[in-house]
Amino acid sequence: MTKIAFVRKKEIPPSAPPITTVGLIGWLRQNLFSSWLNSILTVLSVYFIVIMLWDFIPWAYGGHWNTKSLRECLDLDPDVACFSVLTARWKQLLFGLYPAEEYWRPTLTFIFLLLAIVPILFPKFFRFFWFSIIYPGLAVWLLWGGSFWSISIVYIGLTLGALFFLTLIRRYLKNYMIAAILASLFTAVFFFLISNPLVGFLNAILPISLPFVESLKMGGFTLSLIVGVTGIVASFPIGILLALGRQSNLPVIKMICVGFIEFIRGVPLITLLFVASVLLNYFLPPGTNFDIVLRVVIMVTLFSAAYMAEVIRGGLAGLPLGQHEASASLGLTYWQSQRLIIMPQALKISIPGIVNTFIGLFKDTTLVSIISLRDPVGLASTIRADQKWNGIYWELYVAIGLMFFIFCWGMSQYSQYLERKLKTDK
Amino acid sequence: MEKTKINITDEVAIHISDMNKWFGNFHVLRDINLEVRRGERIVVCGPSGSGKSTLIRCINRLEEHQKGSIIVDGTELTTDLKNIDKIRSEVGMVFQHFNLFPHLTTLENCTLAPMWVRETPEKEATEIAMEMLEKVKIPEQAHKYPGQLSGGQQQRVAIARSLCMKPRIMLFDEVTSALDPEMIKEVLDTMIELAEDGMTMICVTHEMGFARQVADRVIFMDDGQIVEQNEPEEFFKNPQSDRTKLFLSQILGH
Repeated sequence: MTKIAFVRKKEIPPSAPPITTVGLIGWLRQNLFSSWLNSILTVLSVYFIVIMLWDFIPWAYGGHWNTKSLRECLDLDPDVACFSVLTARWKQLLFGLYPAEEYWRPTLTFIFLLLAIVPILFPKFFRFFWFSIIYPGLAVWLLWGGSFWSISIVYIGLTLGALFFLTLIRRYLKNYMIAAILASLFTAVFFFLISNPLVGFLNAILPISLPFVESLKMGGFTLSLIVGVTGIVASFPIGILLALGRQSNLPVIKMICVGFIEFIRGVPLITLLFVASVLLNYFLPPGTNFDIVLRVVIMVTLFSAAYMAEVIRGGLAGLPLGQHEASASLGLTYWQSQRLIIMPQALKISIPGIVNTFIGLFKDTTLVSIISLRDPVGLASTIRADQKWNGIYWELYVAIGLMFFIFCWGMSQYSQYLERKLKTDK
Repeated sequence: MEKTKINITDEVAIHISDMNKWFGNFHVLRDINLEVRRGERIVVCGPSGSGKSTLIRCINRLEEHQKGSIIVDGTELTTDLKNIDKIRSEVGMVFQHFNLFPHLTTLENCTLAPMWVRETPEKEATEIAMEMLEKVKIPEQAHKYPGQLSGGQQQRVAIARSLCMKPRIMLFDEVTSALDPEMIKEVLDTMIELAEDGMTMICVTHEMGFARQVADRVIFMDDGQIVEQNEPEEFFKNPQSDRTKLFLSQILGH
């Protein structure tokens, strides 16, 4: 029999790992050449990448930028890109039919957009959040023009309504529901009776206005961004409410939310856009001027809100029941626990899905070309109909694709950053 | 070790009479009658599925009872949401799986409820939280996230989180069942200390050593009924019912 008793007398000190498993060599071995099959795949992939770039780089690098037409390009050198179409038409791709002397307005709106999303994306700058609140009104005024006051009045009305609500709560009432109803009534009265004369008065004493630009003139990436950004911003809160409604214990609310989500998800976006562009007018009283861009934005928003709701519901389902119980046992009310405990965690779980929906929505804005709005894809057809550029494909679509890619890739990068930042388990 | 009994008063903290509860058709709790006095420390034990967790979850309305009445601190539990929130803010509960909020630091876990439910200013809430974290002996973990703590530490944070609401009653639902053996002691020590401070406690637990050491009363449940209750000495020495004897022999027998 062997002896099984053993007592360690000498400690083994920790030592460095073998040289072939660390550093560059270690990395190459582990990731690219770990087996015969892997090595072959690596070599093949490198080969494909090289031959693709072999053709693409000279094509793109040697491209013409300054010819007058596609014909001229082909006469010079048919084997390289003809980017002249972009040189000639880039303003259209960016601004559509927006009047040329007013190009500064969409440009400024875009710069302000970048500034306005900073406080939302990075909490460090949250003190500038007021700008994000002002931005929507500012953007509408800059893009469509008209009187400054008819936009500001919306802000004035809502602010007064909010103040009225707060005063009621602080001074006279305890019941939030009744206060909210009274405040809504107050706001409605303001908008129906007081706002028009007030706008007239303000216009009379201090006329600030920009030339009006109608919605059909909006186009290019300006239009994509109008529809995309508004859709993203509006569909997010609606999606949260729908997700909560779908989980509600109140059968009526639950039924409405389920019905809405299932209906919208079951119908192609194109159909909804057609409804928005053609059919909606039949249902509205004659003579109603319901802006086409607004109609499209509403449809796109509702469409992605339904998807958003399901993504967020996935996040809610991923939370252990214990989180609800713990927050209830501490005495938090339903809304407090949703806001402080449940939603922060559910949204964190759903970040990839939410950003997925955002990206999908942004790219789906190109579908508006079907209802003859002039987004970049719609414009591409218009440009190709011009006999000077008839027959051009690659250069236009590569450029449009690249623009969309920059925005979508940015969103995806931000979502990855956010996921890393919110990681609390390590 | 001598138990301090001076804390128990005549004041009634919880009064449960003829309480019944069903899950669908399944009769989980049957004719429960229980009176808990302020300062009393009660251990509830029994086989799994006997309804002991459901019983204490009824006390802060995580479960709804269908018949009979539960009166906590003079307020009856009805469907009135205001009453429920009031009772919940005065009854602390600690769970088997800790249920800490993983997206908040230890300190934020502790200050959240006082700040939002009691509207305590942040500075004061932080002071209370640090005091409670010191009481459970982990003030140095205040700025870590729950995911970075061991199970025992998490459970102590959960106790501190409840204590920050200055509850008058504490409910413990199998708080050591999910812990590794070497961590059970640190949690039990915290509970013992709490018991010695005179907190009214109801503990669902299988830790019979703990029951012996701190409980004023042990309740044995089976099939949704209270089968036997007694002082711990008597309960363990002279169990009366056969079911109690069987249970004790199974749990103490090895």
